[in-house]
Amino acid sequence: MSAGQLKAAITPARLLDETGRLVRGAPKPDAEALAEGYRKLVFARRLNEQCGALVRQGRLAVYPSSRGQEACQVACASVLSDGDWLFPTYRDTAAIAARGVDPVEVLTLLSGDWHCGYDPNEHKVAPQATPLATQLLHAVGVGHAARLKGEDTVVMALCGDGATSEGDFHEACNFAAVFRAPVVFFVQNNKYAISVPLARQSVAPSLAAKAIGYGMPGVRVDGNDLPALEKVLGEAVARARAGEGPTLVEADTYRVESHTNADDASRYRTDDEVTEWLPRDPLLRVKTYLTAVGALDDAREREIHAAAEEMAAAVRAGVGAGSPADPGEIFAHVYSTPTPQLARQRAALRAELDAEEA
Amino acid sequence: MSAGKLTMAQAINAALRDALAEDSSVVVFGEDVAQLGGVFRVTDGLHREFGESRVFDTPLAESGIVGMAVGMAMNGLRPVVEMQFDAFAYPAFEQIVSHVAKLGNRTRGKVRLPIVIRIPYAGGIGGVEHHCDSSEAYYAHTPGLTVVAPATNADAYGLLRAAIAGSDPVIFLEPKKHYFSKEEVDVAIPVPPIGRAVVRRRGNDATLIAYGPSVPVALAAADQAATEGRDLGVVDLRSIVPFDDETVCAEVRRTGRAVVVAEAPGFASVASEIAARVGEQCFHHLEAPVRRVTGFDVPYPAPKLEHHFLPGVDRILDAVDTLQWEDAA
Repeated sequence: MSAGQLKAAITPARLLDETGRLVRGAPKPDAEALAEGYRKLVFARRLNEQCGALVRQGRLAVYPSSRGQEACQVACASVLSDGDWLFPTYRDTAAIAARGVDPVEVLTLLSGDWHCGYDPNEHKVAPQATPLATQLLHAVGVGHAARLKGEDTVVMALCGDGATSEGDFHEACNFAAVFRAPVVFFVQNNKYAISVPLARQSVAPSLAAKAIGYGMPGVRVDGNDLPALEKVLGEAVARARAGEGPTLVEADTYRVESHTNADDASRYRTDDEVTEWLPRDPLLRVKTYLTAVGALDDAREREIHAAAEEMAAAVRAGVGAGSPADPGEIFAHVYSTPTPQLARQRAALRAELDAEEA
Repeated sequence: MSAGKLTMAQAINAALRDALAEDSSVVVFGEDVAQLGGVFRVTDGLHREFGESRVFDTPLAESGIVGMAVGMAMNGLRPVVEMQFDAFAYPAFEQIVSHVAKLGNRTRGKVRLPIVIRIPYAGGIGGVEHHCDSSEAYYAHTPGLTVVAPATNADAYGLLRAAIAGSDPVIFLEPKKHYFSKEEVDVAIPVPPIGRAVVRRRGNDATLIAYGPSVPVALAAADQAATEGRDLGVVDLRSIVPFDDETVCAEVRRTGRAVVVAEAPGFASVASEIAARVGEQCFHHLEAPVRRVTGFDVPYPAPKLEHHFLPGVDRILDAVDTLQWEDAA
């Protein structure tokens, strides 16, 4: 463990500062690629806002917003290739959409249905994990299986700061390191696990510093700095793909909204604290930079927002518009072939429903 | 390998070897399963024969083992994992209940998990604490899991091959006290599929219903009863889930009397479920209430006391004696 590795695990890497200026010595980002990134940030923000509105209208059961974390959401998807896998949590709807899954499909579960909506195999995106950190082990398994099969798949495994307290976080990091599994553990440290602040989860020098104990690199990055995230996560993906094993990346970010619409953050944090984070907004600094270098003018800005509005309209039209859930289907997928008992229970429910209709 | 005398450990070993040889997607892993061949030697020689990429040791963490198996199954492999002892599987409980059992349902059948979780289980070996639990009810209560408990060495081979070849996750409960008992096993003769119970002994007076380690005990009780002029039948469930109502109820309707035998504590147990199902489905054929002979509702006792806990021939025959025979006269 060199001093440089320790510093990388504790001091956040940054390319664009809060005022939208390149930090000293940072390489100049490709303006066109960054403009495309900005478009994705605007989409992610619009999706967060739209989902909040759908909850207020009673059309989504619940929505854990990633407002303020959009740079993390966009970056973790954009560094992956088509054959790679993403393992998201309930707060990563925008990341799944950035991966290319139709947001309407992604919102199936949160709209109150019993299944994840999209086909995980088609998109190489696991169902959103509701239990904490359990999906990290699945990510290790997908990665290890890929290595055994001689495939160069990389797996991006997401979790939050609270999940790093779970036993499965430890087991996943340790298994991945021991098996040199091609996994990038990406911790979005948004400072709260519902109401419990980071200081109650860990007194480690940083969450990325935990990597040292597993014998893998840990890197801390400004989680509201899209180019820095893409660089750090991109390097971790390249390492994994080259057979050099896992990396733990911690993004220093902030959950601007409550845990979900059902939560009241005013019970455990001050408005001042939230206000302090607002100037560090991930969209603002990219926009400032792109405008300054002449890669974003009013016309393009309008075009991006118009496209985001179109996406939002499609989400409004699509959520809940599919065929109504078939009660009989709750028996269909428990086993690949329903047991005789399930077949009888399905028939009994069918008879109840038929009697109600008659 | 075809016919010959095999211990149950050897029969399971043969099933793993044949599955590994026939299907390159089968992988075997767990604690001490590679070089050592498992603490019961069930995986003996497999690491040497198939290599590190097919048979390997993991860090000592059961949630990690099962969680990793989920991902490997998602990516096209067929993991067969070993939990070293019944009670050591509990750290993996969340992975088993929330993911292994549910992922097929959560993905509308798009993702299936062909995982076999092998668990040496139940008592009778003089084991120290946490080594002799009968934990089948936890798994049987969880929709999405198939729960298999072989009682014979031929079934241990055949049911494990079927479990590995199937598309759904299987909890495979190996009665550890039978690991080293020898029986004739001809692996070329197929056994009935998972989900089918077997009548091990046809009897006309009453039916003993058992699975796993309790089947030989039930058969011994039936032998003893025969010397006393009572003709008991024995049904071996072979799988707890799916449950074979048809075979069980056909036998009970024929005899009109039933005793369920199982090692696990009886309260809220698989034995209770069987008694309830038989009561609901065979009521008009029953001459007496269904009796359960189970372990007591206490933690599995120390080696010095376990013989008091385990259902034995005498306790089974005492229960049979209470089945209101005087009414039949």
